[in-house]
Amino acid sequence: MTAVDIHRPAPSASPLTGRSAVRLDGVSKRFRGGPVVLDDVTLDVAPGEFVCLLGASGCGKSTLLNLVAALDEPSAGTVDVDGARPALMFQEAALLPWLTAAQNVELPLRVRGVRQRERRARARELLDLVRLSGSADKRVHELSGGMRQRVALARSLAQDGGLLLMDEPFAALDAITRDVLHEELLRIRAERDLTVVFVTHNVREAVRLGDRVVLLSSRPGRVAKTYDVAIEGTRRIEDPDVAALSAVITEDLRAEIRRHGGQS
Amino acid sequence: MSILDVRRGGDRDGADGLATLEAGLDALEVHEVRRVPFVKRAWSASWPPAVAVGLFLLVWELVYRSGWKEPYALPSPGDVALSIREQTVGADAGQLLEAIATSLQRGATGFVAAVAIGTPLGLLIARSSVVRRGIGPIVSGLQSLPSVAWVPAAILFFGLTDAAIYAVLLLGAVPSIANGMVSGIDQVPPLFSRVGRVLGANGLQQARYVLLPAALPGYLAGLRQGWAFSWRSLMAAELITNSPELGLGLGQLLDQSRQVSDAAGVYSGILAILTVGIAVELCLFTPVERRILRRRGLGVPELT
Repeated sequence: MTAVDIHRPAPSASPLTGRSAVRLDGVSKRFRGGPVVLDDVTLDVAPGEFVCLLGASGCGKSTLLNLVAALDEPSAGTVDVDGARPALMFQEAALLPWLTAAQNVELPLRVRGVRQRERRARARELLDLVRLSGSADKRVHELSGGMRQRVALARSLAQDGGLLLMDEPFAALDAITRDVLHEELLRIRAERDLTVVFVTHNVREAVRLGDRVVLLSSRPGRVAKTYDVAIEGTRRIEDPDVAALSAVITEDLRAEIRRHGGQS
Repeated sequence: MSILDVRRGGDRDGADGLATLEAGLDALEVHEVRRVPFVKRAWSASWPPAVAVGLFLLVWELVYRSGWKEPYALPSPGDVALSIREQTVGADAGQLLEAIATSLQRGATGFVAAVAIGTPLGLLIARSSVVRRGIGPIVSGLQSLPSVAWVPAAILFFGLTDAAIYAVLLLGAVPSIANGMVSGIDQVPPLFSRVGRVLGANGLQQARYVLLPAALPGYLAGLRQGWAFSWRSLMAAELITNSPELGLGLGQLLDQSRQVSDAAGVYSGILAILTVGIAVELCLFTPVERRILRRRGLGVPELT
Protein backbone atom coordinates (compact mmCIF):
# COMPACT_ATOMS: atom_id res chain seq x y z
CA MET A 1 0.00 0.00 0.00
CA THR A 2 1.41 3.35 -0.99
CA ALA A 3 -0.88 5.38 1.22
CA VAL A 4 0.81 7.76 3.59
CA ASP A 5 0.26 6.83 7.19
CA ILE A 6 -2.27 9.45 8.04
CA HIS A 7 -3.43 8.24 11.37
CA ARG A 8 -1.51 8.33 14.56
CA PRO A 9 -2.86 7.33 17.94
CA ALA A 10 -3.78 10.39 19.94
CA PRO A 11 -0.85 11.43 22.09
CA SER A 12 -1.76 11.59 25.73
CA ALA A 13 -2.15 15.29 26.32
CA SER A 14 -1.95 15.36 30.03
CA PRO A 15 -1.77 18.84 31.47
CA LEU A 16 0.71 17.59 34.03
CA THR A 17 3.26 15.84 31.88
CA GLY A 18 5.34 16.94 28.94
CA ARG A 19 5.30 19.93 26.69
CA SER A 20 2.12 21.26 25.10
CA ALA A 21 1.87 23.00 21.76
CA VAL A 22 -1.07 24.98 23.05
CA ARG A 23 -2.26 25.27 26.62
CA LEU A 24 -5.39 27.11 27.62
CA ASP A 25 -5.93 27.36 31.34
CA GLY A 26 -9.23 28.59 32.70
CA VAL A 27 -9.75 30.88 29.73
CA SER A 28 -12.79 33.13 29.70
CA LYS A 29 -13.69 35.79 27.21
CA ARG A 30 -16.27 38.45 27.38
CA PHE A 31 -16.46 41.32 24.93
CA ARG A 32 -17.14 44.73 26.34
CA GLY A 33 -20.71 44.90 27.55
CA GLY A 34 -21.57 41.58 25.90
CA PRO A 35 -22.37 38.14 27.24
CA VAL A 36 -19.69 35.64 28.25
CA VAL A 37 -18.47 33.96 25.07
CA LEU A 38 -16.00 31.49 26.54
CA ASP A 39 -16.25 30.29 30.10
CA ASP A 40 -13.38 28.60 31.93
CA VAL A 41 -12.01 26.66 28.99
CA THR A 42 -9.05 24.43 29.75
CA LEU A 43 -7.49 22.65 26.83
CA ASP A 44 -4.16 21.07 26.13
CA VAL A 45 -2.88 20.26 22.69
CA ALA A 46 0.17 18.04 22.46
CA PRO A 47 2.83 18.67 19.80
CA GLY A 48 1.86 16.91 16.60
CA GLU A 49 -1.72 16.42 17.69
CA PHE A 50 -4.72 17.13 15.48
CA VAL A 51 -7.56 18.50 17.62
CA CYS A 52 -10.97 19.32 16.22
CA LEU A 53 -13.14 21.84 18.06
CA LEU A 54 -16.76 21.10 17.39
CA GLY A 55 -19.83 23.04 18.36
CA ALA A 56 -23.02 24.75 17.29
CA SER A 57 -23.31 28.47 16.67
CA GLY A 58 -22.36 30.63 19.60
CA CYS A 59 -19.89 28.23 21.14
CA GLY A 60 -17.05 30.70 20.70
CA LYS A 61 -15.00 28.50 18.39
CA SER A 62 -13.65 31.37 16.37
CA THR A 63 -13.09 33.50 19.47
CA LEU A 64 -11.03 30.69 20.89
CA LEU A 65 -8.86 30.52 17.78
CA ASN A 66 -8.39 34.28 17.85
CA LEU A 67 -7.12 34.00 21.41
CA VAL A 68 -4.64 31.29 20.45
CA ALA A 69 -3.54 33.36 17.43
CA ALA A 70 -2.98 36.32 19.78
CA LEU A 71 -5.40 38.45 17.78
CA ASP A 72 -7.32 38.98 21.00
CA GLU A 73 -6.73 38.84 24.75
CA PRO A 74 -8.57 36.58 27.17
CA SER A 75 -10.63 38.28 29.89
CA ALA A 76 -9.42 35.68 32.38
CA GLY A 77 -7.06 32.72 32.35
CA THR A 78 -3.92 32.14 30.34
CA VAL A 79 -3.14 31.10 26.78
CA ASP A 80 0.29 29.60 26.20
CA VAL A 81 1.53 28.82 22.74
CA ASP A 82 4.79 26.98 22.26
CA GLY A 83 7.00 28.46 19.57
CA ALA A 84 6.48 31.09 16.93
CA ARG A 85 3.32 32.90 15.89
CA PRO A 86 0.74 30.32 14.83
CA ALA A 87 -0.71 30.36 11.32
CA LEU A 88 -4.45 30.91 10.95
CA MET A 89 -6.62 29.88 8.03
CA PHE A 90 -10.16 31.15 7.48
CA GLN A 91 -13.21 29.93 5.65
CA GLU A 92 -12.25 32.34 2.87
CA ALA A 93 -8.80 31.74 1.45
CA ALA A 94 -8.17 35.48 2.02
CA LEU A 95 -5.48 35.62 -0.63
CA LEU A 96 -4.49 39.10 -1.76
CA PRO A 97 -5.91 39.50 -5.27
CA TRP A 98 -3.20 41.81 -6.58
CA LEU A 99 -0.53 39.15 -5.99
CA THR A 100 0.12 35.89 -7.80
CA ALA A 101 -0.21 32.56 -5.99
CA ALA A 102 3.56 32.47 -5.42
CA GLN A 103 3.69 36.08 -4.19
CA ASN A 104 0.92 35.30 -1.71
CA VAL A 105 2.96 32.41 -0.34
CA GLU A 106 6.01 34.69 -0.15
CA LEU A 107 4.20 37.35 1.85
CA PRO A 108 4.91 36.02 5.37
CA LEU A 109 8.55 35.61 4.36
CA ARG A 110 8.66 39.17 3.08
CA VAL A 111 7.26 40.42 6.34
CA ARG A 112 10.06 38.58 8.14
CA GLY A 113 12.66 40.14 5.87
CA VAL A 114 13.71 36.94 4.06
CA ARG A 115 15.77 37.65 0.94
CA GLN A 116 14.08 37.41 -2.42
CA ARG A 117 16.06 34.46 -3.73
CA GLU A 118 15.28 32.40 -0.66
CA ARG A 119 11.64 33.53 -0.71
CA ARG A 120 11.21 32.34 -4.27
CA ALA A 121 12.73 28.97 -3.51
CA ARG A 122 10.56 28.50 -0.42
CA ALA A 123 7.40 29.48 -2.27
CA ARG A 124 8.18 27.03 -5.07
CA GLU A 125 8.80 24.28 -2.58
CA LEU A 126 5.57 24.94 -0.67
CA LEU A 127 3.45 25.24 -3.82
CA ASP A 128 4.96 21.96 -4.88
CA LEU A 129 3.90 20.49 -1.56
CA VAL A 130 0.28 21.48 -2.16
CA ARG A 131 0.64 20.33 -5.78
CA LEU A 132 0.23 23.74 -7.32
CA SER A 133 3.67 24.33 -8.80
CA GLY A 134 2.01 24.75 -12.18
CA SER A 135 -0.12 27.63 -10.92
CA ALA A 136 2.58 29.69 -9.23
CA ASP A 137 2.11 32.68 -11.53
CA LYS A 138 -1.67 32.59 -11.63
CA ARG A 139 -3.72 35.37 -10.09
CA VAL A 140 -6.20 34.57 -7.36
CA HIS A 141 -9.25 34.96 -9.59
CA GLU A 142 -7.86 32.36 -11.97
CA LEU A 143 -7.88 29.68 -9.26
CA SER A 144 -10.77 27.51 -8.09
CA GLY A 145 -11.95 27.60 -4.47
CA GLY A 146 -10.05 24.44 -3.60
CA MET A 147 -6.87 25.71 -5.23
CA ARG A 148 -7.16 28.98 -3.33
CA GLN A 149 -7.36 27.13 -0.03
CA ARG A 150 -4.29 25.12 -0.97
CA VAL A 151 -2.41 28.36 -1.71
CA ALA A 152 -3.63 29.68 1.66
CA LEU A 153 -2.32 26.47 3.27
CA ALA A 154 1.05 26.96 1.58
CA ARG A 155 1.10 30.57 2.81
CA SER A 156 0.34 29.39 6.35
CA LEU A 157 3.15 26.86 6.15
CA ALA A 158 5.51 29.63 5.06
CA GLN A 159 5.08 31.08 8.54
CA ASP A 160 7.06 28.11 9.85
CA GLY A 161 5.09 28.09 13.07
CA GLY A 162 4.52 24.37 13.32
CA LEU A 163 1.07 25.17 14.69
CA LEU A 164 -1.80 25.57 12.28
CA LEU A 165 -5.13 27.03 13.38
CA MET A 166 -7.99 26.46 10.99
CA ASP A 167 -11.36 28.18 11.22
CA GLU A 168 -13.79 26.11 9.13
CA PRO A 169 -11.38 26.25 6.21
CA PHE A 170 -13.30 23.89 3.96
CA ALA A 171 -16.88 24.91 4.80
CA ALA A 172 -17.41 26.82 1.56
CA LEU A 173 -16.12 24.07 -0.74
CA ASP A 174 -18.07 21.40 -2.56
CA ALA A 175 -18.07 17.90 -1.09
CA ILE A 176 -15.65 16.30 -3.55
CA THR A 177 -13.08 19.09 -3.23
CA ARG A 178 -13.45 19.09 0.54
CA ASP A 179 -12.82 15.35 0.64
CA VAL A 180 -9.64 15.71 -1.40
CA LEU A 181 -8.44 18.58 0.77
CA HIS A 182 -9.00 16.51 3.90
CA GLU A 183 -6.68 13.92 2.51
CA GLU A 184 -4.13 16.54 1.47
CA LEU A 185 -4.19 18.19 4.86
CA LEU A 186 -3.51 14.91 6.65
CA ARG A 187 -0.71 14.06 4.22
CA ILE A 188 0.96 17.44 4.70
CA ARG A 189 0.43 17.39 8.42
CA ALA A 190 2.22 14.03 8.63
CA GLU A 191 4.98 15.20 6.32
CA ARG A 192 5.58 18.46 8.21
CA ASP A 193 4.87 17.28 11.74
CA LEU A 194 2.21 19.93 12.21
CA THR A 195 0.06 20.52 15.23
CA VAL A 196 -3.43 21.40 14.08
CA VAL A 197 -6.36 22.98 15.88
CA PHE A 198 -9.30 22.70 13.52
CA VAL A 199 -12.63 24.37 14.14
CA THR A 200 -15.72 22.97 12.44
CA HIS A 201 -19.43 22.43 12.90
CA ASN A 202 -19.32 19.34 10.73
CA VAL A 203 -19.21 16.25 12.96
CA ARG A 204 -18.07 13.86 10.25
CA GLU A 205 -15.29 16.18 9.22
CA ALA A 206 -14.11 16.38 12.83
CA VAL A 207 -14.09 12.59 13.23
CA ARG A 208 -12.46 12.03 9.85
CA LEU A 209 -9.59 14.42 10.63
CA GLY A 210 -9.00 14.61 14.35
CA ASP A 211 -6.96 12.60 16.80
CA ARG A 212 -9.23 14.15 19.34
CA VAL A 213 -12.60 15.84 19.03
CA VAL A 214 -13.56 18.45 21.61
CA LEU A 215 -17.25 19.20 21.84
CA LEU A 216 -18.00 22.72 23.00
CA SER A 217 -21.27 23.83 24.52
CA SER A 218 -22.83 27.09 23.40
CA ARG A 219 -23.49 30.39 25.16
CA PRO A 220 -21.19 30.38 26.94
CA GLY A 221 -18.63 28.16 25.24
CA ARG A 222 -17.36 25.44 27.55
CA VAL A 223 -15.66 22.12 26.96
CA ALA A 224 -18.60 19.71 27.12
CA LYS A 225 -16.92 16.47 26.20
CA THR A 226 -13.77 15.09 24.62
CA TYR A 227 -13.50 12.04 22.35
CA ASP A 228 -10.32 10.24 21.43
CA VAL A 229 -10.67 9.02 17.89
CA ALA A 230 -9.14 5.56 17.95
CA ILE A 231 -9.82 4.45 14.41
CA GLU A 232 -6.88 2.53 13.00
CA GLY A 233 -5.61 2.97 9.47
CA THR A 234 -6.64 5.45 6.86
CA ARG A 235 -9.99 7.08 7.39
CA ARG A 236 -12.54 8.18 4.89
CA ILE A 237 -15.55 10.31 5.54
CA GLU A 238 -17.83 7.47 4.35
CA ASP A 239 -16.25 4.78 6.58
CA PRO A 240 -18.61 2.94 8.95
CA ASP A 241 -16.31 3.60 11.92
CA VAL A 242 -16.37 7.30 11.19
CA ALA A 243 -20.13 7.14 10.84
CA ALA A 244 -20.54 5.27 14.11
CA LEU A 245 -18.51 7.73 16.18
CA SER A 246 -20.12 10.65 14.37
CA ALA A 247 -23.54 9.33 15.35
CA VAL A 248 -22.54 9.28 19.01
CA ILE A 249 -21.08 12.78 18.91
CA THR A 250 -24.05 14.12 16.96
CA GLU A 251 -26.39 12.88 19.66
CA ASP A 252 -24.35 14.68 22.32
CA LEU A 253 -24.23 17.81 20.19
CA ARG A 254 -27.99 17.73 19.77
CA ALA A 255 -28.43 17.31 23.48
CA GLU A 256 -26.29 20.40 24.00
CA ILE A 257 -28.36 22.40 21.54
CA ARG A 258 -31.63 21.20 23.10
CA ARG A 259 -30.66 22.66 26.45
CA HIS A 260 -31.00 26.10 24.89
CA GLY A 261 -34.49 25.37 23.55
CA GLY A 262 -35.58 24.45 27.09
CA GLN A 263 -34.23 27.61 28.67
CA SER A 264 -36.34 30.11 26.82
CA MET B 1 -13.04 -7.26 -5.55
CA SER B 2 -16.38 -7.04 -3.83
CA ILE B 3 -18.02 -3.84 -2.71
CA LEU B 4 -17.16 -4.71 0.86
CA ASP B 5 -13.48 -5.06 0.07
CA VAL B 6 -13.42 -1.57 -1.33
CA ARG B 7 -15.26 -0.23 1.65
CA ARG B 8 -12.95 -1.94 4.07
CA GLY B 9 -10.20 0.01 2.44
CA GLY B 10 -7.58 -2.49 1.33
CA ASP B 11 -6.67 -0.43 -1.71
CA ARG B 12 -7.09 3.25 -0.94
CA ASP B 13 -5.84 6.01 -3.17
CA GLY B 14 -2.12 6.10 -2.72
CA ALA B 15 -0.16 9.31 -2.95
CA ASP B 16 -0.25 9.04 -6.75
CA GLY B 17 -3.97 8.38 -6.81
CA LEU B 18 -4.61 11.50 -4.75
CA ALA B 19 -2.33 13.59 -6.93
CA THR B 20 -4.10 12.63 -10.13
CA LEU B 21 -7.51 13.05 -8.51
CA GLU B 22 -6.54 16.55 -7.48
CA ALA B 23 -5.07 17.39 -10.86
CA GLY B 24 -8.38 16.29 -12.41
CA LEU B 25 -10.38 18.51 -10.05
CA ASP B 26 -8.14 21.50 -10.76
CA ALA B 27 -8.42 20.99 -14.50
CA LEU B 28 -12.22 20.78 -14.32
CA GLU B 29 -12.56 23.92 -12.26
CA VAL B 30 -10.22 26.24 -14.09
CA HIS B 31 -11.52 27.93 -17.20
CA GLU B 32 -9.20 29.18 -19.87
CA VAL B 33 -10.05 32.68 -21.04
CA ARG B 34 -9.52 33.13 -24.75
CA ARG B 35 -8.44 36.57 -25.84
CA VAL B 36 -10.35 38.18 -28.66
CA PRO B 37 -8.04 39.18 -31.55
CA PHE B 38 -6.98 42.84 -31.57
CA VAL B 39 -8.63 43.75 -34.90
CA LYS B 40 -11.95 42.38 -33.73
CA ARG B 41 -11.67 44.18 -30.39
CA ALA B 42 -10.71 47.46 -32.08
CA TRP B 43 -13.60 47.18 -34.51
CA SER B 44 -16.22 46.41 -31.89
CA ALA B 45 -14.90 49.25 -29.72
CA SER B 46 -14.88 51.86 -32.47
CA TRP B 47 -17.94 51.41 -34.66
CA PRO B 48 -20.66 52.33 -32.11
CA PRO B 49 -19.14 55.71 -31.18
CA ALA B 50 -18.39 56.40 -34.86
CA VAL B 51 -22.06 55.84 -35.73
CA ALA B 52 -23.15 58.03 -32.81
CA VAL B 53 -20.89 60.91 -33.88
CA GLY B 54 -22.05 60.58 -37.49
CA LEU B 55 -25.71 60.78 -36.46
CA PHE B 56 -24.98 63.79 -34.26
CA LEU B 57 -23.27 65.64 -37.12
CA LEU B 58 -26.18 64.79 -39.40
CA VAL B 59 -28.74 66.23 -36.98
CA TRP B 60 -26.58 69.32 -36.47
CA GLU B 61 -26.34 69.91 -40.23
CA LEU B 62 -30.12 69.47 -40.61
CA VAL B 63 -30.84 71.95 -37.82
CA TYR B 64 -28.39 74.42 -39.41
CA ARG B 65 -30.08 74.08 -42.81
CA SER B 66 -33.54 74.55 -41.33
CA GLY B 67 -32.54 78.17 -40.73
CA TRP B 68 -33.81 78.07 -37.14
CA LYS B 69 -30.80 80.09 -35.92
CA GLU B 70 -28.65 82.69 -37.64
CA PRO B 71 -25.18 81.40 -38.72
CA TYR B 72 -23.47 83.68 -36.16
CA ALA B 73 -25.36 81.87 -33.41
CA LEU B 74 -25.10 78.35 -34.78
CA PRO B 75 -22.42 77.57 -37.37
CA SER B 76 -22.57 74.49 -39.57
CA PRO B 77 -20.31 71.48 -38.92
CA GLY B 78 -18.48 72.42 -42.10
CA ASP B 79 -17.76 75.95 -40.81
CA VAL B 80 -16.32 74.51 -37.62
CA ALA B 81 -14.15 72.10 -39.58
CA LEU B 82 -12.87 75.02 -41.66
CA SER B 83 -12.15 77.03 -38.55
CA ILE B 84 -10.15 74.15 -37.10
CA ARG B 85 -8.20 73.84 -40.34
CA GLU B 86 -7.44 77.53 -40.36
CA GLN B 87 -6.19 77.48 -36.81
CA THR B 88 -3.98 74.45 -37.32
CA VAL B 89 -2.59 74.58 -40.86
CA GLY B 90 -4.26 77.68 -42.38
CA ALA B 91 -3.90 81.44 -41.92
CA ASP B 92 -3.81 81.30 -38.08
CA ALA B 93 -1.57 78.25 -38.15
CA GLY B 94 -0.38 77.10 -34.75
CA GLN B 95 -2.78 79.22 -32.72
CA LEU B 96 -4.96 76.31 -31.62
CA LEU B 97 -2.08 73.92 -31.06
CA GLU B 98 -0.23 76.50 -29.01
CA ALA B 99 -3.29 77.07 -26.86
CA ILE B 100 -3.65 73.31 -26.37
CA ALA B 101 0.01 73.06 -25.37
CA THR B 102 -0.31 75.94 -22.89
CA SER B 103 -3.44 74.52 -21.30
CA LEU B 104 -2.11 70.97 -21.19
CA GLN B 105 1.03 72.16 -19.50
CA ARG B 106 -0.96 74.09 -16.90
CA GLY B 107 -3.31 71.11 -16.45
CA ALA B 108 -0.46 68.64 -15.98
CA THR B 109 1.42 70.87 -13.53
CA GLY B 110 -1.74 71.54 -11.55
CA PHE B 111 -2.76 67.89 -11.55
CA VAL B 112 0.62 66.73 -10.26
CA ALA B 113 0.42 69.34 -7.49
CA ALA B 114 -3.15 68.23 -6.70
CA VAL B 115 -1.97 64.60 -6.41
CA ALA B 116 0.89 65.66 -4.16
CA ILE B 117 -1.53 67.47 -1.84
CA GLY B 118 -4.61 65.27 -2.16
CA THR B 119 -2.91 61.93 -1.50
CA PRO B 120 -1.50 62.65 1.97
CA LEU B 121 -4.65 64.60 2.82
CA GLY B 122 -6.76 61.56 1.92
CA LEU B 123 -4.51 59.25 3.93
CA LEU B 124 -4.81 61.53 6.93
CA ILE B 125 -8.60 61.66 6.72
CA ALA B 126 -8.85 57.90 6.25
CA ARG B 127 -6.57 56.94 9.12
CA SER B 128 -7.30 59.55 11.76
CA SER B 129 -10.81 59.59 13.10
CA VAL B 130 -10.43 63.10 14.54
CA VAL B 131 -9.31 64.51 11.20
CA ARG B 132 -12.09 62.59 9.49
CA ARG B 133 -14.75 64.01 11.76
CA GLY B 134 -13.19 67.46 11.50
CA ILE B 135 -12.66 68.01 7.81
CA GLY B 136 -14.03 64.88 6.10
CA PRO B 137 -17.49 66.31 5.41
CA ILE B 138 -16.01 69.62 4.21
CA VAL B 139 -13.61 67.93 1.81
CA SER B 140 -16.31 65.75 0.31
CA GLY B 141 -18.73 68.69 0.26
CA LEU B 142 -16.22 70.79 -1.65
CA GLN B 143 -16.65 68.41 -4.55
CA SER B 144 -20.15 69.69 -5.17
CA LEU B 145 -19.00 73.32 -5.26
CA PRO B 146 -18.46 74.30 -8.92
CA SER B 147 -14.88 75.48 -9.18
CA VAL B 148 -15.92 78.45 -11.32
CA ALA B 149 -17.29 79.89 -8.08
CA TRP B 150 -13.70 80.20 -6.83
CA VAL B 151 -12.58 82.31 -9.80
CA PRO B 152 -13.68 85.75 -8.51
CA ALA B 153 -12.13 85.06 -5.11
CA ALA B 154 -8.90 83.83 -6.70
CA ILE B 155 -8.66 86.95 -8.89
CA LEU B 156 -9.20 89.24 -5.90
CA PHE B 157 -6.62 87.33 -3.90
CA PHE B 158 -3.91 86.72 -6.51
CA GLY B 159 -4.74 89.25 -9.22
CA LEU B 160 -4.79 88.23 -12.87
CA THR B 161 -1.88 85.83 -12.52
CA ASP B 162 -1.04 82.17 -13.09
CA ALA B 163 -1.35 81.71 -9.34
CA ALA B 164 -5.07 82.50 -9.56
CA ILE B 165 -5.51 79.85 -12.26
CA TYR B 166 -3.62 77.23 -10.27
CA ALA B 167 -5.53 78.03 -7.10
CA VAL B 168 -8.85 77.38 -8.84
CA LEU B 169 -7.52 74.17 -10.31
CA LEU B 170 -6.27 72.87 -6.96
CA LEU B 171 -9.49 73.74 -5.16
CA GLY B 172 -11.31 71.70 -7.78
CA ALA B 173 -9.02 68.68 -7.99
CA VAL B 174 -7.59 68.14 -4.50
CA PRO B 175 -10.91 67.18 -2.84
CA SER B 176 -11.73 64.49 -5.40
CA ILE B 177 -8.26 62.96 -5.17
CA ALA B 178 -8.41 62.99 -1.37
CA ASN B 179 -11.88 61.46 -1.46
CA GLY B 180 -10.70 58.75 -3.83
CA MET B 181 -7.98 57.81 -1.37
CA VAL B 182 -10.47 57.78 1.53
CA SER B 183 -12.99 55.59 -0.23
CA GLY B 184 -10.23 53.32 -1.53
CA ILE B 185 -9.07 52.70 2.04
CA ASP B 186 -12.60 52.45 3.44
CA GLN B 187 -13.42 49.73 0.95
CA VAL B 188 -10.52 47.47 1.90
CA PRO B 189 -12.14 44.28 3.26
CA PRO B 190 -11.40 43.93 7.01
CA LEU B 191 -10.35 40.35 6.29
CA PHE B 192 -7.24 41.63 4.49
CA SER B 193 -6.07 43.59 7.52
CA ARG B 194 -6.69 40.50 9.62
CA VAL B 195 -4.54 38.45 7.25
CA GLY B 196 -1.78 41.03 7.58
CA ARG B 197 -1.88 40.74 11.35
CA VAL B 198 -1.91 36.93 11.26
CA LEU B 199 1.14 36.97 8.99
CA GLY B 200 2.92 39.12 11.55
CA ALA B 201 3.00 42.44 9.70
CA ASN B 202 3.66 45.52 11.83
CA GLY B 203 1.91 48.84 11.18
CA LEU B 204 4.21 50.00 8.40
CA GLN B 205 4.32 46.60 6.69
CA GLN B 206 0.56 46.38 6.97
CA ALA B 207 0.26 49.68 5.06
CA ARG B 208 2.85 48.74 2.48
CA TYR B 209 1.88 45.16 1.73
CA VAL B 210 -1.85 45.16 2.44
CA LEU B 211 -3.64 48.47 2.89
CA LEU B 212 -2.20 50.60 0.08
CA PRO B 213 -2.26 47.95 -2.64
CA ALA B 214 -5.80 47.05 -1.61
CA ALA B 215 -6.85 50.72 -1.80
CA LEU B 216 -5.30 51.22 -5.24
CA PRO B 217 -8.46 50.79 -7.37
CA GLY B 218 -10.38 53.40 -5.37
CA TYR B 219 -7.40 55.74 -5.42
CA LEU B 220 -7.10 55.38 -9.19
CA ALA B 221 -10.77 56.22 -9.63
CA GLY B 222 -10.07 59.32 -7.54
CA LEU B 223 -7.10 60.25 -9.75
CA ARG B 224 -9.20 59.88 -12.87
CA GLN B 225 -11.88 62.09 -11.40
CA GLY B 226 -9.19 64.45 -10.13
CA TRP B 227 -7.92 64.90 -13.68
CA ALA B 228 -11.45 65.65 -14.94
CA PHE B 229 -11.87 68.24 -12.18
CA SER B 230 -8.43 69.71 -12.91
CA TRP B 231 -9.25 70.17 -16.56
CA ARG B 232 -12.69 71.61 -15.92
CA SER B 233 -11.46 74.01 -13.26
CA LEU B 234 -8.61 75.09 -15.49
CA MET B 235 -11.01 75.92 -18.32
CA ALA B 236 -13.29 77.86 -15.96
CA ALA B 237 -10.31 79.84 -14.71
CA GLU B 238 -8.88 80.50 -18.19
CA LEU B 239 -12.23 81.67 -19.54
CA ILE B 240 -12.47 84.40 -16.96
CA THR B 241 -8.84 85.40 -16.35
CA ASN B 242 -8.16 86.78 -19.77
CA SER B 243 -5.17 89.08 -19.69
CA PRO B 244 -2.29 89.73 -22.09
CA GLU B 245 0.13 88.94 -19.27
CA LEU B 246 -1.07 85.35 -19.15
CA GLY B 247 -0.25 82.79 -21.80
CA LEU B 248 -3.04 82.04 -24.25
CA GLY B 249 -4.74 78.82 -23.17
CA LEU B 250 -7.76 77.08 -24.68
CA GLY B 251 -10.15 78.90 -22.33
CA GLN B 252 -8.73 82.29 -23.26
CA LEU B 253 -8.85 81.41 -26.95
CA LEU B 254 -12.49 80.42 -26.57
CA ASP B 255 -13.32 83.71 -24.87
CA GLN B 256 -11.55 85.70 -27.58
CA SER B 257 -13.61 83.97 -30.27
CA ARG B 258 -16.78 84.91 -28.41
CA GLN B 259 -15.71 88.55 -28.15
CA VAL B 260 -15.41 88.76 -31.94
CA SER B 261 -18.61 86.72 -32.47
CA ASP B 262 -16.66 83.98 -34.24
CA ALA B 263 -19.17 81.16 -33.71
CA ALA B 264 -17.13 78.59 -35.64
CA GLY B 265 -14.13 79.55 -33.50
CA VAL B 266 -16.16 79.11 -30.31
CA TYR B 267 -17.27 75.64 -31.34
CA SER B 268 -13.82 74.58 -32.48
CA GLY B 269 -12.53 75.73 -29.06
CA ILE B 270 -15.15 73.64 -27.26
CA LEU B 271 -14.27 70.69 -29.45
CA ALA B 272 -10.59 71.08 -28.65
CA ILE B 273 -11.28 71.19 -24.90
CA LEU B 274 -13.42 68.08 -25.12
CA THR B 275 -10.92 66.24 -27.30
CA VAL B 276 -8.00 66.93 -25.00
CA GLY B 277 -10.01 65.82 -21.95
CA ILE B 278 -11.07 62.58 -23.59
CA ALA B 279 -7.61 61.91 -25.05
CA VAL B 280 -5.90 62.20 -21.68
CA GLU B 281 -8.48 59.91 -20.13
CA LEU B 282 -8.23 57.31 -22.89
CA CYS B 283 -4.46 57.36 -23.27
CA LEU B 284 -3.48 57.64 -19.63
CA PHE B 285 -6.12 56.60 -17.13
CA THR B 286 -8.17 53.97 -18.93
CA PRO B 287 -5.27 51.63 -19.80
CA VAL B 288 -3.71 51.83 -16.32
CA GLU B 289 -7.01 51.30 -14.54
CA ARG B 290 -8.00 48.48 -16.84
CA ARG B 291 -4.72 46.67 -16.32
CA ILE B 292 -4.88 46.95 -12.55
CA LEU B 293 -8.50 45.85 -12.36
CA ARG B 294 -8.04 42.98 -14.73
CA ARG B 295 -5.09 41.65 -12.75
CA ARG B 296 -7.43 41.41 -9.79
CA GLY B 297 -10.19 39.77 -11.78
CA LEU B 298 -12.35 42.90 -11.58
CA GLY B 299 -13.64 45.44 -14.04
CA VAL B 300 -14.92 45.33 -17.57
CA PRO B 301 -15.07 41.93 -19.19
CA GLU B 302 -13.39 41.40 -22.50
CA LEU B 303 -15.43 42.55 -25.51
CA THR B 304 -16.88 39.77 -27.60
